[in-house]
Amino acid sequence: MSGRFVRLSETNRSQLTIIVDGQPVRALEGDTLLVAMLGAGRYLRQSEFGDGQRAGFCLMGACQDCWVRTEDGARLRACSTVVREGMRISTRLPEATWSNAV
Amino acid sequence: MVECRVVIVGAGPAGIRCAETLVAAGLRPTVIDEGRRDGGQIYRRQPENFTRSYDMLYGSEARRAEAIHGGFDALRGKIDYLPETLVWNIAERQLYAAAGTNQIMVPFDVLILCSGAVDRLMPVKGWNLAGTFSLGGAQIALKSQACAIGKQVVFMGTGALLYLVAAQYQKMGAHVAAVLDTSPWSLRLSALPKLLAQPSVLWSGVKLDLTLRLAGVPVYNGIDPLEIEGTADAGVQGVSFKDRNGEIRGVACDAVALGYHLRPETQLADLARCAFTFDPGTRQWLLQSDPDGRSSVAGVYLAGDGARIRGARAAEASGRLAAMAALHDLGHPQSAEIMAGLRRTLARWTRFAQGLAQAFPWPAQQAARLSDDTVVCRCEAVTAAELRRVVLETDAIEANRAKAFSRVGMGRCQGRYCGQAAAEVIAHAAHVPVEQVGRLRGQAPVKPLPVVIGEDAA
Ligand SMILES: Cc1cc2nc3c(=O)[nH]c(=O)nc-3n(C[C@H](O)[C@H](O)[C@H](O)COP(=O)(O)OP(=O)(O)OC[C@H]3O[C@@H](n4cnc5c(N)ncnc54)[C@H](O)[C@@H]3O)c2cc1C
Ligand code: FES
Repeated sequence: MSGRFVRLSETNRSQLTIIVDGQPVRALEGDTLLVAMLGAGRYLRQSEFGDGQRAGFCLMGACQDCWVRTEDGARLRACSTVVREGMRISTRLPEATWSNAV
Repeated sequence: MVECRVVIVGAGPAGIRCAETLVAAGLRPTVIDEGRRDGGQIYRRQPENFTRSYDMLYGSEARRAEAIHGGFDALRGKIDYLPETLVWNIAERQLYAAAGTNQIMVPFDVLILCSGAVDRLMPVKGWNLAGTFSLGGAQIALKSQACAIGKQVVFMGTGALLYLVAAQYQKMGAHVAAVLDTSPWSLRLSALPKLLAQPSVLWSGVKLDLTLRLAGVPVYNGIDPLEIEGTADAGVQGVSFKDRNGEIRGVACDAVALGYHLRPETQLADLARCAFTFDPGTRQWLLQSDPDGRSSVAGVYLAGDGARIRGARAAEASGRLAAMAALHDLGHPQSAEIMAGLRRTLARWTRFAQGLAQAFPWPAQQAARLSDDTVVCRCEAVTAAELRRVVLETDAIEANRAKAFSRVGMGRCQGRYCGQAAAEVIAHAAHVPVEQVGRLRGQAPVKPLPVVIGEDAA
């Protein structure tokens, strides 16, 4: 299935590959992780409250709807993370914990 | 004079003009911004390897964007700039900041908060489906990543930004399926006297509307949103709404950009114990400030959209003025004439902003009509029914109590996107005016922090 986002220009950038759930995903240098994942797929994570898939919301680091995990468990905010060659992401790992308390 | 530590939070138009003014007076301020690059929201910079021109990216604002970026570049070496650094708490004249997993403490004598705004949201059934983005988010996808949020995009909500972003999408070759504005046209006419405070900006707005209509984009005014339709697996598939004649209509789409103007980011000022007042015109709590940007707390100043939503040009003027007020209070004499000029500029933008609020009002009445199964809190999928139940059964009509019982506002966005709508739902259920519900208190950390934090002295 095609991706959610549509690239309108700036498509001559160098390509790189990230791995999402074990599958290679083509991205472009300068993409945020959110754009790379939604350029190729339909969602970023499953809502931990059972209301389906989530694809982010604000794109400016305010809503925290776009948390994903690397395969070694680190949490990333997809809308403010720039992709790097070989990044390995899992959308299946249990929901990232997030700290709202000091 | 003892070295005075002046810290600015935010490198948007307000923060940049503020820093320039301080540097010109011989100070060396620290500028902290969470973003990777300076510019703030409207003048957000694209990644270094993108090639679109200023004209293509910023349209009619291209020259201003260039001036702002150039202005900031010229400050390098004269300020201490901390990019990619989140200020997450303020206590005892110190900022707690995090750069990645490093914790930085920044003491200050003078603090100027230029923290900008985020989209103001009213829930609609289905807004938790994948494919619904905030209007500002839709613009960021376009400006900063050259992407559209979907193949067929509906723009729903109200405000000048609704038309602007839809027109930007259309111009860049995206398919705009419809523009659905909750405000009826008649309100624009009644707001005209105030909107005429900025005739050229008003004219740009009229042109945007015309451009969209001429391009064949269906534009509906005075609509009542019913539902963002779709499934948990597929995400957004369409929007249904009542048109101004009460007829139910549907538009197929795979993405919705949703937004009802903006709300100021006030958490940091709240943590600094600045006082708020209720603004009946926009039905939200705003920070108290004198015309020059002095908050209720000595040494803490406010500028830009974080203080009052008046737009980017006003943000520049208020950044300058707040810096001059701070300099004046520090004993540096300031030109009364320049300060009076900036105040006059701001007064015109305030009047224009009042016109916008009148022409594109926050649709408070929608909160009352939300169906019980509508998700109010997207973070934790808490419904309107649950919030109403808490109000009726526990008598919790104060926003922070209702939050404790219902969890609305407790999720990961910390109430940024549900807080104001939740207050309207509570007010309606309890039959009290919305100001009586109060406002959600800002809490540290103002955004979730990376899990491991180490100490690093600044
Ligand atoms: C998404 C969005 C899109 C917009 N698009 C337009 C537009 O196209 N045209 C228009 O006329 N107006 C637009 N506006 C309104 C416009 O952004 C403002 O009028 C203008 O940018 C305000 O300038 P400012 O300096 O007050 O704030 P901003 O430009 O928003 O800058 C605030 C800065 O503060 C930083 N910040 C905030 N909190 C923290 C913290 N805790 N720690 C560290 N840094 C922090 C942010 O990263 C940001 O860079 C938009 C607003 C938003 C939210
Ligand atoms: S999409 Fe909102 S924080 Fe990333």
